[in-house]
Amino acid sequence: MDMGSKNMYNKPIGVIGAGSFGLAVANLLAENNSVLLYARNIEVVEAINKNKSWDKYNIHSNVCAINDIQELAEKCEIIFPVVPSANFREMIKTLSPFLHPYHILIHATKGLDLNLPAGCSLSDMKVLERHHIKTMSEVITDESVVVRVGCLAGPNLAGEIAKGLPAATVVASHFNEVIQIGQQLLRSDRFQVYGNPDLTGIELCGVLKNIIAIASGALSGLGLGENARSLLISRGMVEMIYLGRAMGGKTESFIGLAGIGDLVATSHSTLSRNFTVGRRLAEGESLQDILGDMQEVAEGVNTIKICKKIAESFKIRAPITEILHRVLFEGLTMEEAVQYLMKYPLNVDVDFM
Amino acid sequence: MKINRYRNKRKYEPILPGPKEWPVVQISRNRKEFVQEVSDSAFERIKGITRNKVALIEELEITLFKEKARIRQNSWKVDPDDDASFWNGVKSRLLDLSQSKNKNSQEADNILKDIIHRYASEIAGNFNTSHYRIARTIATFGFNRLLNAARIKKFGSFWSDQLTMNDKIQINGEVEKLREMAKKGTIVIVPTHSSNLDSILIGWVIYTLGLPPVIYGAGLNLFNISIIAYFMNSLGAYKVDRRKKNIIYLETLKAYSALALKKGCQSLFFPGGTRARSGKIEKELKLGLLGTAIEAQRINYQEKGDKAEKIYVVPVSLNYHFVLEAPSLIHQYLEKQGQERYYVENDEFSSSYKIITFLFKFFTKGSNISVSIGKPMDVLGNNVDDEGNSIDRHNRLIDAKDYFTFQDKITIDKQREEEYTRMLAEKIVDQYSKIARVFSSHLVAFAAFEILRKRNRKLDLFSLLRLPEEDLIISYDELKRVCARLKDKIFERVAEKRMSVADHMHEPIDEIIDHGISNVGMYHSKRPLIRLNSGDVTTMDMNLLYFYRNRLDGYGLEKHV
Repeated sequence: MDMGSKNMYNKPIGVIGAGSFGLAVANLLAENNSVLLYARNIEVVEAINKNKSWDKYNIHSNVCAINDIQELAEKCEIIFPVVPSANFREMIKTLSPFLHPYHILIHATKGLDLNLPAGCSLSDMKVLERHHIKTMSEVITDESVVVRVGCLAGPNLAGEIAKGLPAATVVASHFNEVIQIGQQLLRSDRFQVYGNPDLTGIELCGVLKNIIAIASGALSGLGLGENARSLLISRGMVEMIYLGRAMGGKTESFIGLAGIGDLVATSHSTLSRNFTVGRRLAEGESLQDILGDMQEVAEGVNTIKICKKIAESFKIRAPITEILHRVLFEGLTMEEAVQYLMKYPLNVDVDFM
Repeated sequence: MKINRYRNKRKYEPILPGPKEWPVVQISRNRKEFVQEVSDSAFERIKGITRNKVALIEELEITLFKEKARIRQNSWKVDPDDDASFWNGVKSRLLDLSQSKNKNSQEADNILKDIIHRYASEIAGNFNTSHYRIARTIATFGFNRLLNAARIKKFGSFWSDQLTMNDKIQINGEVEKLREMAKKGTIVIVPTHSSNLDSILIGWVIYTLGLPPVIYGAGLNLFNISIIAYFMNSLGAYKVDRRKKNIIYLETLKAYSALALKKGCQSLFFPGGTRARSGKIEKELKLGLLGTAIEAQRINYQEKGDKAEKIYVVPVSLNYHFVLEAPSLIHQYLEKQGQERYYVENDEFSSSYKIITFLFKFFTKGSNISVSIGKPMDVLGNNVDDEGNSIDRHNRLIDAKDYFTFQDKITIDKQREEEYTRMLAEKIVDQYSKIARVFSSHLVAFAAFEILRKRNRKLDLFSLLRLPEEDLIISYDELKRVCARLKDKIFERVAEKRMSVADHMHEPIDEIIDHGISNVGMYHSKRPLIRLNSGDVTTMDMNLLYFYRNRLDGYGLEKHV
């Protein structure tokens, strides 16, 4: 792969979503390419185009913001959607009429979508089946004609990337072509890109690690120390693998950069949203208050809701997920949760290989 | 069952006027050129795989080794006389090559070309229009005679025209759409495969629907028998030798299929690869030949852009009450499941006598058969509208060329096309499970087997299959209750277009059960289901019951027993 070669792509690269990670992706892409960034909010578009900055981030001069999603689809062949999972399906539905099979979509959204029978909510469902749960790439192929789909996942804290600190990511796709394009577009002196053909597994790594991040935040909030955090990370890893395999991911993917790599980063990052949710819960705040004053979505909260149901339906042991569900939605305190977990009868260290 | 009830007397006009227009005629008329074209294309493919000379020589040596082993251990009547001398020649040329150390850099390529050319000539069919006509007439005439003789048990009925194949075989599903698409593009038919009868049946279906002859791969073993070889050649078969598993052979085979498709020859693959030994509807497809449909479509776009001929894939499900080979198929399946040891594939068609008895039994004894034609799809598995354009789920037009495009150019990407093949296979499997018609016999077999399984919940499959006779009796009331419940669940799925049923499934439940029991595997010496004098039901052969039960596997019906 020729690194840093310019003008390899005759069309601009599209990014959808101007959240902190969307901006980080746009900036990375802009080092070698011109980038069209779609933002829903017209003020954001203007601020980016005028001031080359938004939120607390500087925006690369190669990034041009627009407010017209049709224009984005017509001008770009390669698009990176980075919007919260709750809005993802709507966004793809809006985009879909303008998409063609030549489009390549590489998303970076770390959440799940629920596809329940009409009129049902999660609590109505006795049992969840795999086809009720969709990863973001499955949402893309469900709602559009695009088949060349990939995802980005890995320890990529937006703040650190903005500062130009070294980092790496994983591009996953069933198509080698998509992996190569992702590598060519994103690779730089400070950014390394690995490829993985297990699209589902890599998507689930990004999704499931948010559960453990909330738990890790809670440990910090309770001041329980690093032994406890290491215990959490390694048991959390096992839980991720069980849940991930049940939904079609491969074990190997979870022990790579997007799995254990991202898990360690997120569990230590006091700035991450999911970590913050856990910490503030442990400090005694209510979930509603916390979510009320957060600027961006903490995907982990919704993921816990879904994964608890998955664990029940697929008969998987997922004690961390289950106990967090009780804290978040059933009024258990974090102290009680920790006590419960310490008594949980588990004595085999590694039983997933 | 009342034969006259669901008559299907519809006659279809041929869609192409005469044999001159048939692409298959054109390639066989220019057979020599076509074989050369196949050889050239296969040469490019193999050179693409073996990137340098060392790798190529290694491939040649592996091929030589395998071929010599085949000649030594498993030679057939149909093999050419010069087989041994040809491969000895290859051996000495390879030996020279290794000693002369790069002096003649073309020699490895030349050896490769000779091997490919030999393979291509062997594979190529020998279609002949007048033979096709004769074969077809004999087949149709003969079948009708047999049928009449068997069904109307009266002296002289051998010459009666009271019954025709149409009464015995019902064709349903997207017949009109298939005919339309055959006019607009090239058709690839992909049927399910459970019996040796399938090739004959599907040949008849294609003729009845007025479609031009298709080319299809037939096992070389069938050409061992001269009368079959005559029919096969006449009907447009090309030869597939399952003994040859080397890369050079497989790539030559793919090149043959891709080029024939490119030239517009309608083709037929059994994508399951071999008869479904378990009796289940195929879930795993072989991707090799299927991939040639995608490749040929891409080449068409490369060469002709928007005017490119389109290729349509049509899944077909063949549904029987009775599969003659069921006992040996299920035996092989269980043997393989039971222990992973090597077993010899049983060939029921090893002599002319066996095949004639087979055909005779089928036509004199066999019960009704139905053939369901699935929706024609483009090579990516998208639906197509009446004009043959690809459409998405919201009926928006798709330009299928875009699947092969990157930055406004059509690009060749083998891995991409492999992935597309996998996606297409999924769509085909999905259609199979929707169009496979449920017969009364499948229902009763499934119900009976699952009742016994539920009763013996703690046993694994193999112990279940060995249950003693006295534990195999099912009361009629229980069978009826379960069948009725299953039937309801099946009809729910039919309403959601996830399953299809035969017309006789609309009868009252007692009649369905009667019909099912008398038809399921009706001519096996040990019947899968029989009625006892008490009215209760039992099986004479659990393995066979399992085989017929498997047709309804994979729909999640077990939990309703």
